[in-house]
Amino acid sequence: MTIPSSTRYLEDVREFVTKKARSAEFSESVVEQLKIAVDEACTNVIKHAYDGEGEHVIDIAVIISRDKLVVRLRDRGRSFDPNTYSEPNLIQFAKSRKAGGLGVHIINRLMDRVEYRTQGDVNECRLVKYRTGTE
Amino acid sequence: MSNFSVGFRNNGNIQILDLKGELDAHTASELEAAIQKCQGGSSFRIIINGSSLAYISSAGLGVFMAYIEEIREKGGDIKIAALQSKVFNVFDLLGFPMLFDIMESEDEAIAKFNE
Repeated sequence: MTIPSSTRYLEDVREFVTKKARSAEFSESVVEQLKIAVDEACTNVIKHAYDGEGEHVIDIAVIISRDKLVVRLRDRGRSFDPNTYSEPNLIQFAKSRKAGGLGVHIINRLMDRVEYRTQGDVNECRLVKYRTGTE
Repeated sequence: MSNFSVGFRNNGNIQILDLKGELDAHTASELEAAIQKCQGGSSFRIIINGSSLAYISSAGLGVFMAYIEEIREKGGDIKIAALQSKVFNVFDLLGFPMLFDIMESEDEAIAKFNE
């Protein structure tokens, strides 16, 4: 699916990924994890890659294979360098009344693998969740 | 159409906010407005009742982070109660139980304020 770069469409993205993951018979707890990870990833693209400007687009695809589910996000905004990211410190956040960086932390904790790459002017983020023996 | 809403109730001098629906980067501003409304009415003892909150992302959690110090400086607190387990998991993932009182029920949160 392709959405305009506005938080208004996050709900639609969550619904899209939920349906795909359920149809591939992932457990409800994994569905919840995918839902929030894709929400956080899209939110970061909207706020940081596109600086909150709503006239751009984000392309979201769910690729299901025998052993895993991959959510692939593509945008043409500013690229994200995961090497510049440091884990958030909650107590510091409360003191400074800010809360940036929590989204990346959530994504890293919930996904089995997260990859960022940039080719030409296209940034790609891949959120990977492997099937476990119970799914 | 937003699928998130905030209801306001009182219990003595405690302001209770009933969150309903899905709290994400789009709807977080509604929670922010609700907390600002409490502050405007000089209500700094706030309970968030999450029994009807179906979803939260870091944008929602960020609102609590943004206001907690200010509210505590005024002698108040934000206590969080009755979260569904899938929503609690997100709070837990980010270490919120270290910073906030998160109670099983609204009654427990009220009792904690009245200690």
